[in-house]
Amino acid sequence: MTQASLVMFAVFVAMALVITYWAAGRSTSRRGFYTAHREISGIQNGWAIAGDYMSATSFLGITGLIAFYGFDGFMYSIGWLVAYLTVLLLLAEPLRNTGRYTVADVIAFRLRGRGVRAIAACTTLIITLFYMVAQMVGAGSLINLLVQRISETYAIVGVGLLMMIYVLFGGMLATTWVQIIKAGLLLAASIALSVAVLAHFHFSLFAFRDASMAAATDGHTINLLRTGLLFSGPLGGFDVVSLGLALVLGTAGLPHVLMRFFTVPTAKAARMSVSWAMALIGVFYLLTTIMGLGAGTLVGQHDIGKHLRDTQAIRYIIRHPEQSSQLNAELAQNGYIVPEKNTNLAAPLLADKLGGPLLTAFVAAVAFATILAVVAGLTIAAASAFAHDLWYSLIRSGEGGEREHIFVARTAALLVGFASIFISVGLRTINVAFLVGLAFAVAASTNAPALILSLSWRRFSRTGAICGMLAGLISSLGLIVISPDVMGSHAIFPLRNPGLVSIPLGFLAAIAGTLITRDPESEALFNQLQVRANTGLGAEI
Amino acid sequence: MQHHQLTASEWDALANDPEFVALLRARRRFIVPSTIFFLLFYLALPVGIAFAPAFMNRPVFESLSVANLFGFTQFVMAWVLLGLYMREARTFDERARKLVARAAAEFTR
Repeated sequence: MTQASLVMFAVFVAMALVITYWAAGRSTSRRGFYTAHREISGIQNGWAIAGDYMSATSFLGITGLIAFYGFDGFMYSIGWLVAYLTVLLLLAEPLRNTGRYTVADVIAFRLRGRGVRAIAACTTLIITLFYMVAQMVGAGSLINLLVQRISETYAIVGVGLLMMIYVLFGGMLATTWVQIIKAGLLLAASIALSVAVLAHFHFSLFAFRDASMAAATDGHTINLLRTGLLFSGPLGGFDVVSLGLALVLGTAGLPHVLMRFFTVPTAKAARMSVSWAMALIGVFYLLTTIMGLGAGTLVGQHDIGKHLRDTQAIRYIIRHPEQSSQLNAELAQNGYIVPEKNTNLAAPLLADKLGGPLLTAFVAAVAFATILAVVAGLTIAAASAFAHDLWYSLIRSGEGGEREHIFVARTAALLVGFASIFISVGLRTINVAFLVGLAFAVAASTNAPALILSLSWRRFSRTGAICGMLAGLISSLGLIVISPDVMGSHAIFPLRNPGLVSIPLGFLAAIAGTLITRDPESEALFNQLQVRANTGLGAEI
Repeated sequence: MQHHQLTASEWDALANDPEFVALLRARRRFIVPSTIFFLLFYLALPVGIAFAPAFMNRPVFESLSVANLFGFTQFVMAWVLLGLYMREARTFDERARKLVARAAAEFTR
């Protein structure tokens, strides 16, 4: 299994390198590097958005959550799809019409001056860094889990370096195509697994339902279709509402997703991208339900859980490499795929159970490819915030030639890459699943209010934007620090997701900051912004 | 149309142009109610799960519960609203294109 998946992964990497080589010649200007010359079509961009969005968190994480917690895990899938309605109705076309390279461009379009742009750039960097570290640590444990010879550290460094090569040389064009191919592979793997699950039940949805309602777990059965398996207890209700809010508004603030709308030529293409993305992402999340319930019923939580308890054994092996082959053989004999992290193995285990080694290898290779594509998208978003917003707009005040910009953008990609590698290696052993949730909460509390209010409220002022983004940022970060995910049972703040508090706070602070000041300069530019956003007049082509 | 340098008063004139005002109103008439609708429709699910779990777990159809069916309905809702907006937006495109063409003719220098 290991060798087959390494070969498949190598094929993907090689393909991506060929694309990078081809794209390198077209990424020598800022327009090329950040936006692929705005020549990506609506369909292509839709696939790329899907590839950017369907992360390992979705594929491995959601499948595992549904396998363990059934319907409550499915809540993530619903939120992540419905979130695209926010993007479609409020942001996609205005972003395409008023933005150049970064989210901060749009927020600062009429809220000119350094303050707004600086904070918007910082929130972008924070959100992408959280998201990226979560992906890379996930990649590390996944690779280590499937190919035990490669330690987590090497896996993280490897993924990081590959991603840097793509972004550094291939820019947005290579990133786009890597994402498109990965979206196709991920859908293919999900369809294959789902069909295998349904075939097991002889394509009877009734049989599948009955099995899901009586999934075996440690000696008793549970109904995976009922609610409350994940969000339980007196505060579970608030947790699920908080999460729901963060999911549905968070996508509207994720820089690596929003940046994709700068790569298409027209507002119509931006709209088409969302529509393709929603079709693909929706189908994918429906498939995760089948895969998750399939893993829960066929592999069984007991089995997925049993692997869990042998983490001790793996730790022992890592410390005593000389005995590893013997111990690994023993573990393998007992039917173990040597694990590290909790629920993330549901999809590969399901593949192993239903499709045998080749399907498992394919699923594992797709999971690597997934992480690589998402991380590349994040890197380019972070690099553009660094180079375009912080360096070009703030430090150099809009001066400097094309060569300098490209140089700075590439340097930024390198810095971002190394920073995320170092952080990820440092955090490799802690549970980072909550980082993705945090990225969504921060995005929904900072970028989303600033973008939505800036595009729709004439009175919205610079003070308001700064207050809103700072309040959203500080409250979401602060609440996470005192939440159960960080402080355990001594948590001061009882909810795992800060969204329920920090999102309203972000909006309210933005509104309050606006109401106590007047900003005639920004108000005067609102007419221009509205005409541009709604007609595309004067937009970058 | 690249680097369309309009003056502030020209932008203001366009923003107050009756056709633009009508376009903006038409867009808002679709976007504002549908945004409110989908947010309420979506948030009803977590809120229902949180505060009316007994009702949400009541079997209604082929032993699937209210929550199960409501969950899948969210997918249908998202796709239907997407389809409605895509249809509606075609008329917006047409109107925007006319406005841009007129502005280009009016303000060319």
